[in-house]
Amino acid sequence: MKKLINAVGDVVPDTLRGMAAAHPSLRVDVENRIVLRAAGPTPGKVGLVSGGGSGHEPLHAGFVGYGMLDAACPGEIFTSPVPDQMIEATKAVDGGAGVLHIVKNYTGDVLNFEMAAELCAEEGAHVVSVLVDDDVAVQDSTYTAGRRGTGATLFVEKMAGALAEQGAPLEAVAAMARTVDARSRSFGVAFSACTVPAAGKPTFDLGPDEIELGIGIHGEPGRSRERFREAREIVRVAMDAIDADLPFSGDVLVMVNGMGATPLMELYVAYGEVDAYLREKGATATRCLVGDYVTSLDMAGFSITTCLLDAELTSLWDHPVETPALRWGR
Amino acid sequence: MDTAFFLRWIAAVTERVRADRDHLTDLDRAIGDADHGANLDRGFTAVEEALAAKPPETPSAVLTTTGTTLIRKVGGASGPLYGTLFRTLGRAVGEVPEVSQEALAEAFAQALAAVMKLGSAQEGDKTMIDALAPAVPELRTSFDAAARAALDGARATTPMRARKGRASYLGDRSIGHQDPGATSTALVIDALRAA
Repeated sequence: MKKLINAVGDVVPDTLRGMAAAHPSLRVDVENRIVLRAAGPTPGKVGLVSGGGSGHEPLHAGFVGYGMLDAACPGEIFTSPVPDQMIEATKAVDGGAGVLHIVKNYTGDVLNFEMAAELCAEEGAHVVSVLVDDDVAVQDSTYTAGRRGTGATLFVEKMAGALAEQGAPLEAVAAMARTVDARSRSFGVAFSACTVPAAGKPTFDLGPDEIELGIGIHGEPGRSRERFREAREIVRVAMDAIDADLPFSGDVLVMVNGMGATPLMELYVAYGEVDAYLREKGATATRCLVGDYVTSLDMAGFSITTCLLDAELTSLWDHPVETPALRWGR
Repeated sequence: MDTAFFLRWIAAVTERVRADRDHLTDLDRAIGDADHGANLDRGFTAVEEALAAKPPETPSAVLTTTGTTLIRKVGGASGPLYGTLFRTLGRAVGEVPEVSQEALAEAFAQALAAVMKLGSAQEGDKTMIDALAPAVPELRTSFDAAARAALDGARATTPMRARKGRASYLGDRSIGHQDPGATSTALVIDALRAA
């Protein structure tokens, strides 16, 4: 294993120390693993807290700042944070208008956030939780833990964050978060597995001619293994899966996301195919992100996340944002 | 069974988790995300420290401290699930100096119900419940019988298709692998024999 780290056990704190040094706009509590806006809570604004396992950088800490999150709670690599972190973060960001917890639908995240929300409520905090579950690769929720929360988490954090910044009340911000989730879908593909530092070897094995379809973001294998093929065809598989679940129409926000070890060049190749696919369906990619946003350590591969926009969502997407990983308009 | 018994049990669990750390992680690599052994080892190491820092005076305190520490330190699904298991045991045995076999069995029945509720899991979903549920009634008979039932239960998860947790995303591909959570639960029950 070749990784640019000091010691396996120090990866998360060392990452946080680096983020703190690089971004003075953040207040990073390395000991308790909480990342906050340096400016502190905004009085009268709904606070947004998210969190999850580390290894998905820039998600979530890279999205703390004006127009998005107020706090992020990074857990161990691919392991949800613990309730203590979420409780501290919730207290720290409560500007008097309540706090929204944005939770990716993974059993660990759900259970820990649930415990945290209960304890916060016992202490009198006004907390509402929203689940992000956008991954179409998980089809039957009767026989699974339900759809995973993946790329759409960024969309939810961005658009709910914009609405909160505009002064909307907690219920409205939560409703917007749910709307964004309901209009968003994702599908991921891996070309190689990732290596969790503590494990030292890849989380699954893929042959040179194989790809894994329908992956999540924790290095877990996907739904099926298929032969490798050209970008146009792989993008079509992903887009067909999304389109079959929520047909494309009108204006679409698209994220072509690298899983950590995919060249930007290839992501643009994929984006070109996504754009063409949408035209074919009579839809238009009116907003986009191309790059590494919701990663899975050093996995090679990509995911596509789409959101069906309307005028309100478009304006929330365009609202200024100033975070380490996403910034425009300010 | 007194406070010392429960301390010996938790110490035995800690030792077994440490010894089987890589095995549990390997099972998790097949159908999860390769961190189950590492997470539990981290959790029980913290439990060891917490129990040493403030030695509990009752069986209930041993169990509650164990559960609370797991919830606070482990994260993932196993933190809340194992944490709830031990906290429920702690509440259920009550503030008494000694716990009878009957009372421990009853406490385990309550803990099983609490874990099933939290994880919304049933027997057959390929989770820790598949080791815990068959062991609970046997606790009234003997720890040996309970340990056997838990180990058999864990082995029986191999042909199951996962319906809960991260393995569920694999669908049919989860078949043929023993569940890491059921395996660690069998180890927890088996450690009762060493206490």
